[in-house]
Amino acid sequence: MSRETALVTTDWVIENLKNPHVVFVEVDEDTTLYEQGHIEGAITFHWREDLQDGLVRDLISKEKFEALLSKNGIANDTTVVLYGGNNNWFATYAYWYFKIYGHQDVRLIDGGRKLWELKALPLVKEVPARAATRYVAKERDNSIRAFRDEVIAAIGTRNIVDVRSPAEFSGELAAPAHLPQEGGQIKGHIPTAKNIPWSKAANEDGTFKSEAELKSIYEGAGVDLAKDTIAYCRIGERSAFSWFVLHELLGVNNVKNYDGSWTEYGSLVGVPVAVGA
Amino acid sequence: MKTCGATPGGPSLDGIDLTKQSVIQGVILRDGEADGVPNGAPVVNAHIRLLDSQGEFTAEVPTNTDGQFRFFAAPGAWTLVVLAPGVRKELSVKAAIGVPADLVIQI
Repeated sequence: MSRETALVTTDWVIENLKNPHVVFVEVDEDTTLYEQGHIEGAITFHWREDLQDGLVRDLISKEKFEALLSKNGIANDTTVVLYGGNNNWFATYAYWYFKIYGHQDVRLIDGGRKLWELKALPLVKEVPARAATRYVAKERDNSIRAFRDEVIAAIGTRNIVDVRSPAEFSGELAAPAHLPQEGGQIKGHIPTAKNIPWSKAANEDGTFKSEAELKSIYEGAGVDLAKDTIAYCRIGERSAFSWFVLHELLGVNNVKNYDGSWTEYGSLVGVPVAVGA
Repeated sequence: MKTCGATPGGPSLDGIDLTKQSVIQGVILRDGEADGVPNGAPVVNAHIRLLDSQGEFTAEVPTNTDGQFRFFAAPGAWTLVVLAPGVRKELSVKAAIGVPADLVIQI
């Protein structure tokens, strides 16, 4: 993977607004943003209602994913272009989700909704009607998803990257500073994890930094990119962002997103925990 | 539109325990004679970044439909960076428990 296959620019979006093979999908943390205005022709997925199972704490099943995409008129050969607010946090989570289920061509708008707004590009309120398809997903690709036992086994042997803010890593906060303080039962981080906040990878306008800059951020923090890596945050969205940087932009192999993240790990009985910077 | 409420800048502080929280909040208004609004129109598509005393990114929020924003920051010195179409503005602000930093920011 590379920037050329994983990212599109706002100019590309403008040129492809009417392209019938492209479906734009907005995925936000604040799900009211889509109703306030979205890119022309874009549909939206709700990160909780559409992308969480609801009964079991898990991704939705293959069958539900197929139904979601079919209902929204996405076919197996559609180019899916994701974007969202908050520096594409939830859009990169959805990108990772599409990869889990083997979608062929999925991309992200570099800069996301923020850059689109900062450029004062048009947003519309009209919700498109798309003809249904019969989408067929692949079986889950768990080579990009880490589970708790694998994370515990990775302590001291693989790269573990904690992409939360320094205050969450050290154990002062349980969640980002602008959100209610909820999450794991306890605070802190997984021992031997390196704290490389997701935000280090983004420019002020929401676009990703250059590959050379990204590489030096991880290597400068002591991450050996030749080794396998697990990224985590609080609920798996910010770490999907960092997974995207490592796996899709830098082309590093064997990078997994631990979507259980601190909410799961910080609630496990008997596992080792570290605090402090 | 923002109405003439009790707070000069950010969202209502009702329900927030100011004995425990240190709040930075405000409203972003765009100067403009063309819109005919004396205090400027609320900017609904601004993004506010909160940087710590070392200049490190800490959090970011978009303005709401009234042009307002809020952070729960630790007490101390912070920098706000306001991003809006064609505008970038930095401000120094101090956060303290008990007295919210409530700002009216003209861009």
